[in-house]
Amino acid sequence: MIARRPLLLFCCAAPLACAGARAGFAAEPFMLTEVAPGVHFRRGVDLDASARDDDAIANIGCIIGADAVAVIDPGGSAVDGARLRTAIRALTDKPIRYVILSHVHPDHVFGAGAFLADQPVFVGHARLPAALAARGEFYRKGLADLLGAAAAGPVVVPSLLVTERQTIDLGGRVLEITAHEPAHTDCDLTLFDRQSGTLCATDLLFVGRIPALDGSLRGWLRQLPLLQAQAAARVVPGHGPVSQPWPDAAADELRYLNTLARETRAVIARGGDIEEAIRSVGLGERGRWRLFDDYHARNVTEAYKELEWE
Amino acid sequence: MRRLMLLALGLLLSAILPLRAEESDADRAARWDLVKQAVFGARPIGDGTGMVALDAPARAMDAALVPIDVTVSGTRKVKTIYIIVDGNPSPMAGAFHFGPAAVPHELKTRVRVEQYTLMHVVAETDDGQLYATSRFVKAAGGCSAPSEADSASELQQIGRMKLRLARPPVLGQPVTAELLIRHPNNNGMQMNQVTRNYIPARYIQTVSVSYDTTKVFDFDADISLSKDPEITFTFLPAQPGDLNVMVKDSDKAVFRKTFNLQKSFETPSQG
Repeated sequence: MIARRPLLLFCCAAPLACAGARAGFAAEPFMLTEVAPGVHFRRGVDLDASARDDDAIANIGCIIGADAVAVIDPGGSAVDGARLRTAIRALTDKPIRYVILSHVHPDHVFGAGAFLADQPVFVGHARLPAALAARGEFYRKGLADLLGAAAAGPVVVPSLLVTERQTIDLGGRVLEITAHEPAHTDCDLTLFDRQSGTLCATDLLFVGRIPALDGSLRGWLRQLPLLQAQAAARVVPGHGPVSQPWPDAAADELRYLNTLARETRAVIARGGDIEEAIRSVGLGERGRWRLFDDYHARNVTEAYKELEWE
Repeated sequence: MRRLMLLALGLLLSAILPLRAEESDADRAARWDLVKQAVFGARPIGDGTGMVALDAPARAMDAALVPIDVTVSGTRKVKTIYIIVDGNPSPMAGAFHFGPAAVPHELKTRVRVEQYTLMHVVAETDDGQLYATSRFVKAAGGCSAPSEADSASELQQIGRMKLRLARPPVLGQPVTAELLIRHPNNNGMQMNQVTRNYIPARYIQTVSVSYDTTKVFDFDADISLSKDPEITFTFLPAQPGDLNVMVKDSDKAVFRKTFNLQKSFETPSQG
């Protein structure tokens, strides 16, 4: 789930969630792809959270070092997280020492409960605890309505907070973690695996699925070129095919966000209101993104709210 | 007092008439009867068709930010516009009381909507007659949804204001202006999920706008206004002057801002 206020989306999906009759299967069989040696990711489906997909909609996975494993986003629900854990255990017996919570959105973090028994260090942005305080329970209830409380999972608060940069060592395999200014959300982390040259852009990068704006458009447009300047052999986006060329994979998103900013500013400059912006901004992007009609108008609203203060 | 009464009424109505997306027309009419009794007592309310119109998205993208647009037409002089979101915990979103410098032809603002509801706009003419028009809006959760941004930076900016004019103003001609006010407008319904405490209500109660010393409007607001409230209004400048804004909130904080428009005026073009 990627929306700021998932209520709307939960409402859309609510008819699928019938109490006590949860479907109990994922839309796709759980499969990790090895995008680089020791780097394994599951591609999330380009759908919204529902009982049919167990909120398994984000790209989630792990990086395996000589001594330990880091999970990079535990998944969208306790059942999604449990499937990830089972898949990791099929690959390695090494301890799961770190679980990265890339940002506050439920499709990325609600699998954390499946890893509590491993007693890992849960890693998050310095602003993540506040974001979870504000929204965690709200998200949990919404997810529990869809999947049932047990399948949804608990809110897990990070214990290792990243304010700018942090490295973690999996045994000769160092992951660089970067905390960003508000962009996709106000608590985004990205990771870089030095050994394989893999950039995990998390939800700073959407490929194919329309980006969801829930932080700052201007911040996102500042952060994306900085990320693109980082040399990487490949990128794993938060949504979309799990291994992509870098920095080329960000071109579509950059075009979308720039279009959103430019056209929204133009509406504001000519005195147009939010409704006019929703009617006119970014329509050239329709057809280029999955779930465009579900998210685009919200993105315009967010952009307008931010840019009208410039 | 009236504010508290309305809030209590709203909560009561929520209990009596529980939230149902498929609430019937009769349910909605019953709700409006109760709300209008509480606000206007037994005063008759006429059909405002052709006099006051309300535009709002039929399905809002963001229930915490539902833009509404009120237009007044005809020759009757309107002194007050009431905006009522029937299904909200505190149904009265606000009342604009116009002054001599106002041109009450169009007003825009943004409100929170807690459940699928009728919205009403009631115009009060200078002879005390009331006329209503309504619109159905599909939006839910706008009052209780968690706020997004980090509140420390929000509070640093509280009271900041911005004014945008649709076009360079011309003396003696109506000028449409958009006023933006940075304010969290917390309505007391959002919970800090860790402490389990509700974030205390802190919301704007009045916005007073004057042009030099002549009143444009006084706006009595309530908890249904969106975060960072926006008001678009029209006024008539008789001379180059200043637009003065004073905002008071429920914490007794007062924010003032003067927008100097002396130099913004264009002289009407000759021929």
